[in-house]
Amino acid sequence: MDLIQVNNLTKYYGKSRGIENLSFSVHEGEIFGFIGPNGAGKSTTIRLLLSLIHPTSGQATIFGKDVTTKGPEIRSQIGYLPSEVFYYDHMKVGDLLNYSASFYPGDHKQRISYLADVMELEMHRRIRDLSYGNKKKVGIVQGLLHNPTLLFLDEPTSGLDPLMQRKFFDLVREENKKGVTVFFSSHFLGEVQRLCDRVGIIREGRMVEVSDIRTLQKNNYKKIRVLNQHALASFDLPGVSNLHQEGEWTQFFYKGDINQIIQRLSSFAVEDLSIEEPTLEEIFMHYYE
Amino acid sequence: MNNAIYRYELRQRWTSVAIWVGSLASLVLIFMALFPSFSADIGAMEQVLKDFPPELRAIFGLTSLDLGVLEGFFGFCIIFCQLCLAIQAANYGLSLVSVEETDLTADFLLTRPLSRSTILTSKIMAALTSVLVTDLLFWGISVASIAIFKGDAPYEQRAITLLLGSVVVFQLLFFSLGLLISLLAKRIRSVTPWSLGLAFGTYVISAFSGILEDVKLEYLSPFKHFDPGQIIKDLHYDTRLVILDVVIIAVAIVVSYWLYQKRDIASPS
Repeated sequence: MDLIQVNNLTKYYGKSRGIENLSFSVHEGEIFGFIGPNGAGKSTTIRLLLSLIHPTSGQATIFGKDVTTKGPEIRSQIGYLPSEVFYYDHMKVGDLLNYSASFYPGDHKQRISYLADVMELEMHRRIRDLSYGNKKKVGIVQGLLHNPTLLFLDEPTSGLDPLMQRKFFDLVREENKKGVTVFFSSHFLGEVQRLCDRVGIIREGRMVEVSDIRTLQKNNYKKIRVLNQHALASFDLPGVSNLHQEGEWTQFFYKGDINQIIQRLSSFAVEDLSIEEPTLEEIFMHYYE
Repeated sequence: MNNAIYRYELRQRWTSVAIWVGSLASLVLIFMALFPSFSADIGAMEQVLKDFPPELRAIFGLTSLDLGVLEGFFGFCIIFCQLCLAIQAANYGLSLVSVEETDLTADFLLTRPLSRSTILTSKIMAALTSVLVTDLLFWGISVASIAIFKGDAPYEQRAITLLLGSVVVFQLLFFSLGLLISLLAKRIRSVTPWSLGLAFGTYVISAFSGILEDVKLEYLSPFKHFDPGQIIKDLHYDTRLVILDVVIIAVAIVVSYWLYQKRDIASPS
């Protein structure tokens, strides 16, 4: 079943574009990655789905209900972690979480203390005294405390140190195993690849591609830089593209079996080597070709 | 209405209410403390006031107020209280929704399972409670200072009651206008310039209508709707103008609900 269904959703802010004719769907129980550079319309899409803003045209449903008319009903099942966390500064962490919990039926005390333990959150501190990363942790606990069945994560890992990121990912996986659907927005392909089942790529307000993560990985380019005194101009192998020299460095993209390229490189006197994930922009270049 | 929001909003405003009540109390007490010496020597005082240019007397409503009697003196005092109460109510109306957008905290409530009208109703109820508490304390202080400083001067109780009662409609009016303005504006960065502008602006209109004796201008200024001079003279409100106020309040609130439903909440980032 499709938990989120978006049909030709369009949002203009006056004359400037938010998103244009966006259509996609998110299946129940999956982790859906939503990637694109800043300003592509990721936050606009999430804010439309949460009915924080209203669409110019088009329509979206969550749990089969229209987001513009059934907002409160839908939001009772939704957890939302904003990309930048702003809460009432003067409040203590614990008070804010209890305030948040008061809007959902049931008792959430145990859940709050469990989540705060996992994220190592100090409940008695005031929000204004927290670092960016710690505010983010408050956001995470706040987004999960009412056991939502659908999670919106808008660039959730910015500000978290690697250790916390891992704990957070474990938490998201744990929720997902319980059947929670996750909508994960990011401009960082690496983390989306680690976590997601499917990804949608958004650029300039339009969905460029929605694909299975395995398909995307198969298409995945590596960016390879080789330091070698003798230019590798004669370097040709199927899957190599965009080959060019920068001083003594040779740079190219490679798509294919990584073992073949390593074998081939070992025949040169390589002084230094880097193999990187291409940046999102570079991947988008590929989608334009 | 949601109780959690109501309680939170109420707690937010306690300090503000305390400061306003404190200021109003000092104003009324200091003013009324002058009454005994003023009324004792009213002849000399009136001579001084007569030397003032008539325009200046009109600005302060002194053409229609007799400062020698208690209700006249209190009526003069309440003009300044009205100004304070107008600023307070306009502040609460202007900041009701906009403060969360300025502080970028608006997303918090709006992503909870609440309708926007529930949120707005809870916030309005909390603000009105704060306004009502201010008025109750203001009444208490006024009644007490009149009792302390009236001496054995006779006075018209009905005039005092009407003067005190007028502040409720007055505050509702400025509150609802403030709310409406905040929702018509795209973003309000700072509330105080707006509320000061609204309160002093309408006061200046009222002063001018006093100088120009222009009847049309009085519709524009709530200060003229509850003119102490007229209330003391007629011993009732000007019904036309009170009905006008009630209509303005109702329209402003209804339009505010509608605007808030449609409002796009700007992204913090």
